[in-house]
Amino acid sequence: MTRKPVDTGDPDRLYMITGGRTRTDDSFDLVTLVVTESEPTAGMQSEHVRILEMCRHPTALVEVAAEMKLPITVVRILLGDLLATGRISARHPPSPRSAASLPDTDLLKEVLHGLRNL
Amino acid sequence: MDSATSEVPSLRTPLSDAAETGLKIVIVGGFGAGKTTLVRSVSEIRPLNTEEVMTQAGVGVDDPHQVASKTTTTVAFDFGRISLSKRMVLYLFGAPGQERFWFLWDRLFSGTLGAVVLVDTRRMDDSWYAIDRLEHHRTPFVVAVNRFDDEPERYSLDEIRQALALPAHVPLVDCDARVRSSGKDVLIALVDHLYEMSLAQQTPQTPQTPQAQQAPQPRQAPQEMTP
Repeated sequence: MTRKPVDTGDPDRLYMITGGRTRTDDSFDLVTLVVTESEPTAGMQSEHVRILEMCRHPTALVEVAAEMKLPITVVRILLGDLLATGRISARHPPSPRSAASLPDTDLLKEVLHGLRNL
Repeated sequence: MDSATSEVPSLRTPLSDAAETGLKIVIVGGFGAGKTTLVRSVSEIRPLNTEEVMTQAGVGVDDPHQVASKTTTTVAFDFGRISLSKRMVLYLFGAPGQERFWFLWDRLFSGTLGAVVLVDTRRMDDSWYAIDRLEHHRTPFVVAVNRFDDEPERYSLDEIRQALALPAHVPLVDCDARVRSSGKDVLIALVDHLYEMSLAQQTPQTPQTPQAQQAPQPRQAPQEMTP
C-alpha cells in the first residue's frame, strides 16, 4: 500500500499530528540516534507506529524526519512522546563542554581512522 | 496487531545496532558551489532532504515581499551519512551559505565538529559571509576550492587565500566535489585540522598560543579578484 506523504505544506496538518503542541524536546539533536524499545500497540498514533518501525535499528532524528517527510520540529515532539513512555531510547551525541571547546583527541583519532578507511 | 502500514519497505540501509555516537560536519557554500555533489560523493546513502519550519527569527529576511503576518518559513537542507566504525556515524549537512540562512545555522548546527566552506571561484562573495560567521562562532573550518572545468581563469590557492582574507592557520585545499576520494580528502583535512587544534588546547603549557584561541578579529572587506 502506498500512502501519500504527509502534506508538509499544510500547517494545520502538522498541528494535528502534534496534538497542537509546539514546544519541542530540545534534548534531541539532529544526530541523536533513536532505538525502538517496544513494539507498537493497537490504537497508537500512526506517526508513532512508523517511528517505532523505522528505529528497530539505530536511526538519527534527521533520517526519521527525512523518511517521514515531516519537519524536524514535529519529529522532536513525536520522539519526546515516545521517550517519555519508554518506547524508544535515545543515544545523544557527545555534548561539547563549551561552545568554543573542541572534541577530545581520542574521538578525533577515531574519526580520522574511519575516514581513512573509506 | 497488524496495521496496514507496518513493514513499509525502506530504502535506507540501517546502521549497525552498536551505533551510539552521531557526529556532524557542515558543508557550507553558495548556490551551485557543489555542496550536494560533495555530500553525494562521500555518503553511503543517497543524500536525503529534510526541512525545518522556522519561526520568528527567520521571518522577513526570507522574502521582503512576504506579508508581515507570516510567522513561519521553511528551510530545506540535504544530508548524507558515513559509518566510521560500528559505533560511530558521521552525518554531513549541506547548508546554504547566504546571509539570509544564518538563523538556520545557529539553531540546527550547534555541536558540529567543524565545517567545510566550499568555494566556487566564480562566486567568491558567497563564501565571504560563511567564513565571517564561522569565525564569529569560532567553529573550526577548512576551505575547499571546488574546481570547475569552465573557470574563466584558474586562480592559485595563494590568490584565493588573499582574496578571502583567510588567516594562515586555516587549511585551504583544492577539490573536485564529484570525486569520492577528493571529497574524502577534504574531510580528512578538516579532521586533521581539528586534531591539531585539540592537541594544542590540551597542552596549554606550550608557549605559543594557538591562533584558534585568539579572539576573532573583525573581517576586512575582501579584495577584488582582478583577472
